Amino acid sequence: MKRRGVLKLLSMSAAIAAIGLGSSSLYAQAKTVKVGILHSLSGTMAISETVLKDTVLMAVEEINAKGGVMGYKIEPVVVDPASNWPLFAEKARQLVTQDKVAVVFGCWTSVSRKSVLPVFEELNSLLFYPVQYEGEEISKNVFYTGAAPNQQAIPAVEYLMSKDGGSAKRWVLLGTDYVYPRTTNKILRAFLKSKGVADADIMEDYTPFGHADYQTIIAKIKKFAAEGKKTAVVSTINGDSNVPFYKELGNQGLKATDVPVVAFSVGEEELRGVDTKPLVGHLAAWNYFMSIKAPANDEFIKKWGGYAKAKNIAGHKDKPLTNDPMEATYIGIYMWKQAVEKAKSFDVAKVTAAMAGQTFTAPSGITSTMDAKNHHLHKAVFIGEVKADGQFNVVWKTKGPVKAQPWSPFIAGNDKKKDEPALMAEKKK
Amino acid sequence: MRSLALVLLLSIAGGALAIDKAAVDKLAFGDGDERIAAIGALVAEADPRAVEVLKALGEGEMQTAGKRVLIVRGELGIDAFTGEKVAPLPAEREDVVANNRLRGAIGDALAALRLLSPERAMRLAAAKELATGVDASMLPLVNKALEQETDAGIRPLLELVVASMQMKGGDKAQRLAAIRMLGESTSPNSKTLLAEAARDTDEEIRGEAQKSLRAVEGRLAWGERFGLLFAGVSLGSILLLAALGLAITYGLMGVINMAHGELIMIGAYATYVVQNLFRAYLPGAFDWYLLAAVPAAFVVSACVGMILERMVIRWLYGRPLETLLATWGISLMLIQLVRTLFGAQNVQVENPAFMSGGIQALSNVVLPWSRVMIIAFTGLVLTGTWLLLTRTRLGLFVRGVTQNRDMASCVGVPTARVDTWAFGLGSGIAGLAGCALAQLGNVGPDLGQGYIVDSFMVVVFGGVGQLAGTVYAALTLGFANKFLEAWSGAVLAKIALLVFIIIFIQRRPQGLFALKGRSVEA
Repeated sequence: MKRRGVLKLLSMSAAIAAIGLGSSSLYAQAKTVKVGILHSLSGTMAISETVLKDTVLMAVEEINAKGGVMGYKIEPVVVDPASNWPLFAEKARQLVTQDKVAVVFGCWTSVSRKSVLPVFEELNSLLFYPVQYEGEEISKNVFYTGAAPNQQAIPAVEYLMSKDGGSAKRWVLLGTDYVYPRTTNKILRAFLKSKGVADADIMEDYTPFGHADYQTIIAKIKKFAAEGKKTAVVSTINGDSNVPFYKELGNQGLKATDVPVVAFSVGEEELRGVDTKPLVGHLAAWNYFMSIKAPANDEFIKKWGGYAKAKNIAGHKDKPLTNDPMEATYIGIYMWKQAVEKAKSFDVAKVTAAMAGQTFTAPSGITSTMDAKNHHLHKAVFIGEVKADGQFNVVWKTKGPVKAQPWSPFIAGNDKKKDEPALMAEKKK
Repeated sequence: MRSLALVLLLSIAGGALAIDKAAVDKLAFGDGDERIAAIGALVAEADPRAVEVLKALGEGEMQTAGKRVLIVRGELGIDAFTGEKVAPLPAEREDVVANNRLRGAIGDALAALRLLSPERAMRLAAAKELATGVDASMLPLVNKALEQETDAGIRPLLELVVASMQMKGGDKAQRLAAIRMLGESTSPNSKTLLAEAARDTDEEIRGEAQKSLRAVEGRLAWGERFGLLFAGVSLGSILLLAALGLAITYGLMGVINMAHGELIMIGAYATYVVQNLFRAYLPGAFDWYLLAAVPAAFVVSACVGMILERMVIRWLYGRPLETLLATWGISLMLIQLVRTLFGAQNVQVENPAFMSGGIQALSNVVLPWSRVMIIAFTGLVLTGTWLLLTRTRLGLFVRGVTQNRDMASCVGVPTARVDTWAFGLGSGIAGLAGCALAQLGNVGPDLGQGYIVDSFMVVVFGGVGQLAGTVYAALTLGFANKFLEAWSGAVLAKIALLVFIIIFIQRRPQGLFALKGRSVEA
């Protein structure tokens, strides 16, 4: 059995090498390049981040099966920073200095990204960050494949203000207490003010990570909504707190037709295990939904389903779900591969230069383009309403891809900031 | 909107017409405003098939195939316009998506239609639904229903609905009457309407509206207070449930058990396993899985607790520091064990159907069933524990051993075995807590970590060695937390509570209730 396995493996790798490299030497088999995967596999963020690890592994398997990157086999190095922000920095350093990875795919919360940022800048290594975030950052060492506020938060609020979205006039900004919700809400508050919403018509509230008792918050929302005019809730609650939040929302009978809740960190995966029947009509804004009808998406879902079954991934093996950050992760790794092949090198500076203008047909059915300068993707925005089966109905979308504005124009002083990463080396000189 | 009302009125007067093809097409292919207008046109027909079409759209069962509009339920398709069966279904179909605005309009329209139903219960439910807010375009239909209505229970509701619709339009006398009418209601929706009227340009209307608004707000404030009280009791009951097991193992036996949280977690996972077994083997009785999960959670946690006691803790009695370290290590091992068995991700425990939703206690207060049941469950567990400790031989032995081990041993109590049983009891209760917590929050390997600090807080605050103290402490902390949260937000409330406990324990180390007697000094 064992010998047969070895034989199989040998013949397979030989075959792969033959496909990938044609007539090049047999030494190619041994050539590998390491990539790091830095996602929490335990703790409060595991609910969201675990599948991203599996998405990278799936993409790696796919790429390897097709001959790897420039003939190099990708060897993934998985670490678990356990939803512990300082541990993120430690693990990032370990990946770059000990494992010598060429690139890292990782992080979900902004606080984890902020904690690894100095490490990547100091060691001049690459990070691909796949989640929507608050902007206010462009690092030359990071590529942001998730949405900036103008690709998610602002269009969502605009939709709720429109007639079709229910013409909301009063706003509850609800979030987990850390940098992403606080900054997003700062931007949204400035945006709402620019649209003529008074301070008295905005309520801001925060809960700690892992908060599980949303009784008072829901009561507060109800009271605020009764004060007059149509109210909408913008939720930037992150991690597994969303489960008790939505359970309480459903149980307390706060219906979407009365007070719609639009979430920026809740997708198909977070709603798994929540009874979504009372939640029908609540919204989420993303750049991808599993329910999008596109050939690229059908293929993506099929691949993921097959992979989940083959790898026996808990939950997904019976009911495969895909979501926006998974798509962003997938785009990221393929763009990195394309950039490496264009640069013909794993060198950080060369790959960074080659990343500009890369395109990829994303599962959302839209061709995503990496901006020439600002390290963010051009993405289309979708707004979906929760269906009874936990999927989303797309009720609104942009006509085409939108360019990211990491420096939101709604924060004072941002108009002077450059739409490209500052070059550290030049500054030091 | 006015034209829509006109269409409504005309068609009601003229009786049912054939289903309007243009309206159905608009519903399926039109933009937002066109579709709203189409709903009005379809309602106006009051045709059972029009109702079916609207319902189908609301439920997300409407699809289009080319130019055809279909209603598809599973494999069964009907043409929305002709009502004929469509078989086989065309392969290329697109879902017709209804957004919140449409669903709201459909809900209102269907409720307004039900107002004309011959059944009283149906009319009452429809009137209640409309009382929470309805578009002014439904006024003619509601007025017609009001004219026909003779039931004393429904009429006032309908009058309220009409009043709230007339708030915006109508002449001054009508509006004033509407405002007075709304002043007697308890619905949060009336408050919204009155708050708007209270800013009216007309002084008389403004004055009347402010008076009514105060009356409504006064009534609503009671609802808010009641809601807060309930939230406090609910949190208190959860804290109590989590801490009750610890009150026995730490409070009575003096074991600093850092693995207490993990015993809760094991109870939650036992619930998960039972749920899965029910789903696989007894899907018909799925709603009753909790009946089996409760004893299962108790037994599994109790067994793990007793094994723990036999193998580790009993060698460490009287050495608190070592116990602390050893149990902490065990807690990490248990977390890792569960992670290996079930994966690091949270698992889903579904609420049985009867635990979803809530009771509408007051117009602005809904008491979720899950929380009501957990409060009742906590009461049961508490009573059971109390009876066990005070009314049974085992309870007598446990109290005897904890108060004076040597003497108990001298009179023939098998102290070592009693220790094991008592520890098992405490662990089992922790398992019950896990079973209950699984109904409210997340079930993951880290579940216990979130409750260990709270549990110790409750037991220490209440006074070590006192069951009553634990009860008072849990409720006090529950209330304090909820009141602070309503006033300062969740983050500050948590900090304030911790600071309060630190100061309290410094001033009164023995906790709220101190056990009097020689055993404390011993």
